Amino acid sequence: MSAENVLKAEGHAAMTADLSAPPVLTVNDLKMHFPVKSPGLFRRTVGHVKAVDGVSFQVPTNGSLGLVGESGCGKSTTGRLITRLYEPTGGQIEFEGHDIAKLSQRQMLPLRRDIQMIFQDPATSLNPRHTVGSIIGAPLQIHNVLPKNKVLGRVQELLEIVGLNPEHYNRYPHEFSGGQRQRIGIARALTLQPKLLVADEPVSALDVSIQAQVINLLQDLQTEFGIAFLFIAHDLAVVRHFCPEIAVMYLGKIVEIGDRESIYGHAHHPYTQALLSAVPDVKQATLGGRRERIRLTGDVPSPINPPSGCRFRTRCPIAKEICAKVEPPLLQIGPRHKVACHFPGEMGKAPETPVTSRLLGVDNHGTPDPGASPVELPTGPSFSNTWFDLGNRTIHTA
Amino acid sequence: MAISPTETEQRSEVGVVIAGETTAAKSPMRLAVDRFRHDKLSMASFVVVALLVIGAILAPILVKLGVLDYSTLHQDLIDNTNGGLPTGAHGGISASHPLGVVPGTGWDVLSRVWLGVSFSLAICLCATVVSVVIGAVLGIMSGYSRGALDWVIGRLVDLTLSFPQTLMLLALSAPIIAFFNSSLHLHGNLANAVYIIVVLGLFGWPSVARLVRGQVLSIREREFIDAARSIGASNSRIYFREILPNVWAPLLVQTTLLLPSYVSAEAALSFLGVGVQAPLPTLGNVLADATTWILGDPLYFWIPAVMIVVIVVSLNLLGDGLRDALDPKSGR
Repeated sequence: MSAENVLKAEGHAAMTADLSAPPVLTVNDLKMHFPVKSPGLFRRTVGHVKAVDGVSFQVPTNGSLGLVGESGCGKSTTGRLITRLYEPTGGQIEFEGHDIAKLSQRQMLPLRRDIQMIFQDPATSLNPRHTVGSIIGAPLQIHNVLPKNKVLGRVQELLEIVGLNPEHYNRYPHEFSGGQRQRIGIARALTLQPKLLVADEPVSALDVSIQAQVINLLQDLQTEFGIAFLFIAHDLAVVRHFCPEIAVMYLGKIVEIGDRESIYGHAHHPYTQALLSAVPDVKQATLGGRRERIRLTGDVPSPINPPSGCRFRTRCPIAKEICAKVEPPLLQIGPRHKVACHFPGEMGKAPETPVTSRLLGVDNHGTPDPGASPVELPTGPSFSNTWFDLGNRTIHTA
Repeated sequence: MAISPTETEQRSEVGVVIAGETTAAKSPMRLAVDRFRHDKLSMASFVVVALLVIGAILAPILVKLGVLDYSTLHQDLIDNTNGGLPTGAHGGISASHPLGVVPGTGWDVLSRVWLGVSFSLAICLCATVVSVVIGAVLGIMSGYSRGALDWVIGRLVDLTLSFPQTLMLLALSAPIIAFFNSSLHLHGNLANAVYIIVVLGLFGWPSVARLVRGQVLSIREREFIDAARSIGASNSRIYFREILPNVWAPLLVQTTLLLPSYVSAEAALSFLGVGVQAPLPTLGNVLADATTWILGDPLYFWIPAVMIVVIVVSLNLLGDGLRDALDPKSGR
């Protein structure tokens, strides 16, 4: 039974988002290039790992954005950039109107109350030498928000909120099971009543049955406290249930971003289609038929030296000449749907000629065309009211 | 609010019955204590060290009470015609002097060795604390920061280790002790003791720093460090509240292994004439005095020598036992 079926069985409806509200977080052209140092005495910088290379998205207030992709695509790095565990190489992270990308750790301190993080592995995210009470109470102590004698009360309240016994504040993490430890991690993230929670694969390390409980807890917390989520995961079923909007990352870039219906029903990027075809489908299995599966061959290319043009072209089943020459822009193709591909189309319906050539001022093979006039495309993290209509290849205004 | 069903399982309360015996889940500390208690050699060394420590604490009290007397000359018990050797058999053993008297002065050997253990252990413990504190702080900073600070501390370690310390210790003792006398108003044997503590302490930290750095390099990659940073914890909070509790086990082991090496170092330095001077006894200066009488009164030599061996061996075995108990993955 997949996590999503468990969730449905427990009667938790899929989350929806209120799109009229202004976004709580706007990330624009975010970059994180880790330097690669040569060995030896002088340790010169010989290259950069482009873990995140120009990522833009928005997280709506009280909503949640799912960030999916395979290991090493930069989704965790993105989460850690937003909580400012890393110093971004470039770009803006706008949280409630302030750009926090360039703030020093000292300037960041008051904002940390509003942006908290849930970590992947509950076995290592809790200090084994601290009691649960001191782990959950630590944020209160650091930010000095409560007098010392009130901390215990708040800790017990939080333990109750996440469904643990409030009398267990004096125990150590090793006395709890994996799911309970993740609840402790969630309680710690909730301590300061944050506005944005970055959940870095919060259920990947848990059993499927426990996953559902933790997801339900997160969902309850979101409705109860109005917290916005950036939900990082590699499990598309979990993300589908939790996130009204999903961004798919590949090698440090967003290849497709859109609402649930666009991504799961009408994926236009071959990478998204490959990811979706890899999700096991119980219904299909009971019918006995075999669904066509896209097998990606080879490994993710090195982010130190990514392929030219489109980064996915080395593993893409429909790549053509233009893909090696020109990088496809993240093109808006629907009211809430963007895709970065020269040949976007639903599975098996990819166009024969690149849809982007005229927009970019190149011919169908990717060589610059002096006669063409490139079109100014709406860019940026938000969705605009005009988009490129794939059917008749014109700009369409809503 | 709606609270989803909790896992009712509480691991610490659930006992697993294996062959009629209940084994509840135990904390790592509890397991370490159990492992230590099952090792006979560790327990034996623990008992010996405990006795030594109790004895060391009692010695100054017994001196105050007049039971031990390390400085009264007994000219009547030594034979000045025989070069100053004690008059009785086996170095002058008698009911009032169970281990004999010191040739030349007639001091009570038992009192001097007992109090010597006390002074030696106190001096070496202070030096160990200096080394461990410096080593732990620099090791944590080095391992956590990496980068430039790590490089500077690493070179400082190399410099300290490559320093010809015994030579410098001897050469610098006179000016530094003079400095203690004039500037810090430390006089006599206090200045000597402080000199030993400072010098042993300042030369001993690199091994601690290297050990701690290695531990911290792995700890800093664990997610609870990121969690602390995302909460907004300061560096000092991360050093001392998050990392330090996770390195105390290797630190404890290192402390018990550093202490005996300082006991022998103190003996060696006293032998060379640096350190606490008679009439105050340390194991080192008692032994140094005894070597001049080794042919005429060998028992006087063997008593402090055996004491040093007992202290060094028992502390080393205790350290090994602690390491095996706290880190079961490291075999002997």
